[in-house]
Amino acid sequence: MADVIMPQMGESIAEGTVTKWLKNVGDRVERDEPLFEISTDKVDAEIPSPAAGILKEIRVPPGTTVAVNSVVALIASEAEPAPSTPSAARPAPPAPEPPPPPVPLPALAPATPPAVVPPVEYRIEGELPPALPAPAPPAPAAEPASGTKAATEKPRAEMTAEDLRLNRSSPVVRRIAAEHHVDIRSVAGTGIGGRVTKQDILGHIEHRSPADETAAAPPATDGPDSSAPPPAPLAPPPAPPAPFVAAPSEVPPPPPARPSPPPPPAPAAPSVERVPMSPIRRKTAEHMVLSRRTSAHVSTVFEVEMTRVDGLRQKHRAAFLERGVRLTPTPFILRAVVDALKAFPILNASLDGDHVLYHKDVNLGVAVALEQGLIVPVIHRADEKNVLGLARAVHDLADRARAKKLKVEEVQGGTFTVTNPGGFGSLFGTPIINQPQVAILDIGTIEKRPVVRDDAIAIRTMCYLALTFDHRLVDGADADRFMARVKQVLQEFDEAAL
Amino acid sequence: MKRLGRVPYDRGLELQEALVAQRRAGGVPDHLLLLEHDPVFTLGRNARPENLLFPAEALRARGFAVVETGRGGDVTYHGPGQAVGYPILDLAPDRCDVHRYVRDLEEVMIRVCKDYGIAAGRVSGLTGTWVGTDKIGAIGVRIARWVTSHGFAFNAATDLSAFDLIVPCGIRGRGVTSLERLLGRPVAREEVEDRIAGHFASVFERTVAP
Repeated sequence: MADVIMPQMGESIAEGTVTKWLKNVGDRVERDEPLFEISTDKVDAEIPSPAAGILKEIRVPPGTTVAVNSVVALIASEAEPAPSTPSAARPAPPAPEPPPPPVPLPALAPATPPAVVPPVEYRIEGELPPALPAPAPPAPAAEPASGTKAATEKPRAEMTAEDLRLNRSSPVVRRIAAEHHVDIRSVAGTGIGGRVTKQDILGHIEHRSPADETAAAPPATDGPDSSAPPPAPLAPPPAPPAPFVAAPSEVPPPPPARPSPPPPPAPAAPSVERVPMSPIRRKTAEHMVLSRRTSAHVSTVFEVEMTRVDGLRQKHRAAFLERGVRLTPTPFILRAVVDALKAFPILNASLDGDHVLYHKDVNLGVAVALEQGLIVPVIHRADEKNVLGLARAVHDLADRARAKKLKVEEVQGGTFTVTNPGGFGSLFGTPIINQPQVAILDIGTIEKRPVVRDDAIAIRTMCYLALTFDHRLVDGADADRFMARVKQVLQEFDEAAL
Repeated sequence: MKRLGRVPYDRGLELQEALVAQRRAGGVPDHLLLLEHDPVFTLGRNARPENLLFPAEALRARGFAVVETGRGGDVTYHGPGQAVGYPILDLAPDRCDVHRYVRDLEEVMIRVCKDYGIAAGRVSGLTGTWVGTDKIGAIGVRIARWVTSHGFAFNAATDLSAFDLIVPCGIRGRGVTSLERLLGRPVAREEVEDRIAGHFASVFERTVAP
């Protein structure tokens, strides 16, 4: 039985996502025949089978991300149960001992990895050490490929901590070590699994005296057990991957075998489900962050009495229903927003480099939550519509957005956005600006609240309206004047605008 | 290097497949294909058509092809004025590192920007070449046994409004840019291709045979 493992596709790559199996369980595969596809960092790669035989088991379904060297499938050789042929020269050699089961990596921020990253065994594949001409001192070291392969092929149990650490340091680190005559084994590693990072080695070099440097023995003659500080235990967050600089000029020879170190603790049972983001989710994420980086977000919150709007709704509800429209407070608020945008065109503008674009039409985006994400259809020329027209447009766009029947034009060209998270009871939120607009209005929940009127406590239908604006273009005074106008229009709503 | 001019997307795919097969068999040297595509939205394997936000017919009615491709991931746009590069390289034995390959492609586009006096860079965690918060060069790569295909798309004079059609939330305009927009003057794609070829050769340590 041969293990098929997630190959390491680069120095700084710790995991990969299986995207597709090209064979089904029970299928025959030839050695080197494409078996599955993976993706890492916008790169898709086709992985050949490490052995010939029958695909016995697929352990990692498409869409799942696992650590490098996790077993993703098993191939039964044809003369089963005869042992599989050694395949050390394959790009993805079977692990010398069964690596941990493919523990899905939890989607946590990189700040907390020690607890969740399964023991990633960093190996140098025979073909990985680049043999580029590098401007490094001539090295007497063994031919890189064979040297590292020898180290890699040693059964895991026989490898010493030093072995492991050596195998876990990147070419950059090894090159720096060689140039400064530092024995990597004498450096405490803070990377994954005690790996010596570029920072570690540079810090080590910086902190030793010049005398030490000249006195330091070259790596090849340095004893395996130099009076070095003890290796750091499994250490905190993995350092950012060192930028790829140049190829190593030499690889230290494998140190002699030593007693086996205690095995790493077994990974805990997966308590996190790892699910790939949908494209709409990823786009949304990207744009939210881009907006945050683009605009100087500031929010202002107004409390608006909705008693008059409520009265008008009750009064005209039946008439609107006859015309096929359910009258909600939203179109009233949209109408007030249009009025205020006309009065303060700076809120209906956008920035283009050093120029301000004042939009002549008011095209109101209205955020609609869909199952798979958020979409913002646009009511074009909202300034030409009365409450009835706005109500119709809102319902129509929302319905068609949910049915995925929107036309291209209908999500384009918005000049201002209104979001109504309503229904869940949020008092108000501070939304992120919909680029390249300069403001977005959030409608809080509408409810009866005790308020002070004429020095007495009264019960009124109230609502918070929160405006997030881009302070690059809009000052607080503009924003507050705009909001005061919205409030005034709503509280003194003109019945003729229905 | 082969300069192919305007090529429909499917034709580009066929050319790549043929070259990859030949490259793997050792029949041809490394190639860099430079071209532009007819307007097309390409969907990676994981993208479903509905993620376009619009029915494919609506997009086709507006003159955009919609093609599902073998690469993974997202929806993207290619069209006239965009310099597309498809390196068909054998990365073995000395460049077997996908991160390095992607960083090298970014480096080529960063250097092209520099030629035009534009400071471009990388954004951590977001593959591609960026000018400020706007992406000018996109990357999508496929590697089979260390032979590369697909590649990069550099916005020289791309019609950026097309990107609106694949952006949810109606967020538009930001997030993509082009040389033409940054320079405020027309830019010929052919001239940009020359720059790409030159920098590609130095970053990848190859000599370019026209």
